[in-house]
Amino acid sequence: MVIVGGGGHGLATAYYLAKLHGLTNVAVVEKGWIGGGNTGRNTTIIRSNYLNDESAGLYEHALKLWEGLSQDLNYNVMFSQRGVMNLAHNEHDVRELKRRCYANHLNGVDSDWLSTSQVKEFCPILNCDPDARYPVLGATLQRRGGVARHDAVAWGYARGADRRGVDIIQNCEVTGFRIHDGAVQGVETTKGFIGAAKVGVVVAGHATVLADMAGFRLPIDSHPLQALVSEPIKPVLDTVVMSNAVHAYISQSDKGELVIGAGADLYNSYAQRGSLPIVEETIRAIVELFPMFGRVRMLRSWGGIVDIAPDASPIISKTPVGGLYFNCGWGTGGFKATPGSGWVFAHTIARDEPHAINAAFKLDRFYSGELVAEHGAAAVAH
Amino acid sequence: MLLISCPWCGPREESEFQCGGEAHIVRPTDGAGLSDTAWGDYVFMRKNPKGVQYERWHHAAGCRRWFNVARHTVTHEILAVYRMGEPPPEVEP
Ligand SMILES: Cc1cc2nc3c(=O)[nH]c(=O)nc-3n(C[C@H](O)[C@H](O)[C@H](O)COP(=O)(O)OP(=O)(O)OC[C@H]3O[C@@H](n4cnc5c(N)ncnc54)[C@H](O)[C@@H]3O)c2cc1C
Ligand SMILES: [Zn+2]
Repeated sequence: MVIVGGGGHGLATAYYLAKLHGLTNVAVVEKGWIGGGNTGRNTTIIRSNYLNDESAGLYEHALKLWEGLSQDLNYNVMFSQRGVMNLAHNEHDVRELKRRCYANHLNGVDSDWLSTSQVKEFCPILNCDPDARYPVLGATLQRRGGVARHDAVAWGYARGADRRGVDIIQNCEVTGFRIHDGAVQGVETTKGFIGAAKVGVVVAGHATVLADMAGFRLPIDSHPLQALVSEPIKPVLDTVVMSNAVHAYISQSDKGELVIGAGADLYNSYAQRGSLPIVEETIRAIVELFPMFGRVRMLRSWGGIVDIAPDASPIISKTPVGGLYFNCGWGTGGFKATPGSGWVFAHTIARDEPHAINAAFKLDRFYSGELVAEHGAAAVAH
Repeated sequence: MLLISCPWCGPREESEFQCGGEAHIVRPTDGAGLSDTAWGDYVFMRKNPKGVQYERWHHAAGCRRWFNVARHTVTHEILAVYRMGEPPPEVEP
């Protein structure tokens, strides 16, 4: 078996294939270095407060795996359940977020509604002045949400997979598929042909490029998504604050850097860099929400190419080619799902059929109309 | 920041525009008789090329007119600007 893409999702897939399905004749083929894609570029926010039952099932399954992941991998992924707040700035936000809160309760997903004064108490440095440009009318708080160390997730899964006999091949790009009678036989790579009866593709922003090689279409558009970090400062922010309305999300790393996520660029791109107007918009919003950050200097900014699906939900699915499976469409929010995504994808590949948790996330839904619309919960406007 | 030449207003900054995605997607005429596959292809499937993309742009904070652009999705270089209704020009990436 071959897994194409050595990001967190691909490595987790290989790990669970070996650990739970006893399949160790597996190679993970990565064109660059493991974790060098979106896994190593994201702002690491983890939560499961999605609206639909299907999504709650998938993301909550992932969150439960996060809760035991450091022990399972015997590798500290620095999962920190410091809580994730989603701010409401207008009446519509209040209604949408409360509705999602209630939907979460029905699905057994923890989610609290905080009034403005409770928000202020929970995060005192947030500007809750009623005259603020973005007044805070309340927020949802998922206390089990938080952040993790992105590189450690890739390395922990890689080490766990490697120890169970999986081969991880870096600097090896997949350039084509060998397909006979509608079934995959292996992959062509820059290091030669690898024969495989089953191939799982998890390449994030490059999903369409690989689907083109296999001869079928995807409903995916690739866009840059940016993030930036400040110089390290003393601890000031002990939770994660997100605002859909102003496209900004922020947390503080254990090194003291403020980690800030921006919105997606509106045009398609594979350039792995975004445009400055987007960064400017985000910084403007952050400084309005946290006036005390006005003079903090930024150290670095970067972009990753995210794979956006029309309903802001992933595709974890069989494809028109036998033995070929795709896992993509995570867009701006797939880091949180890494353990769950690998877990269900491993099941899908091993059994040649989806697990009940990912059955709804089939490619065919774009033909049958059974979309899983999650634009509200996906949090980054696109 | 892209500098985009609106066919009516000339070169303007990217922030005045909105990108409308892939161009030249033709709405099927036989809606009632169309298969689910054909509808799905039309509504959802996209080329998303790594290379030259033909796409629509809207001069939202300007003349508010739509037009087409041929742009490279890795270099972001704008290779051609042409009006709605015109066929996509051949461009050298
Ligand atoms: C700036 C930014 C902020 C984000 N913030 C968050 C967040 O706070 N919370 C959250 O949940 N999600 C977030 N995300 C989204 C998240 O990062 C992704 O959904 C997730 O990491 C995808 O993981 P992956 O393993 O599928 O992809 P990747 O880590 O991108 O791995 C895919 C790999 O495939 C490889 N590849 C591509 N083509 C080929 C080929 N032909 N042959 C071999 N290998 C190939 C690539 O080199 C890459 O390493 C963010 C993304 C970005 C860019
Ligand atoms: Zn104009």
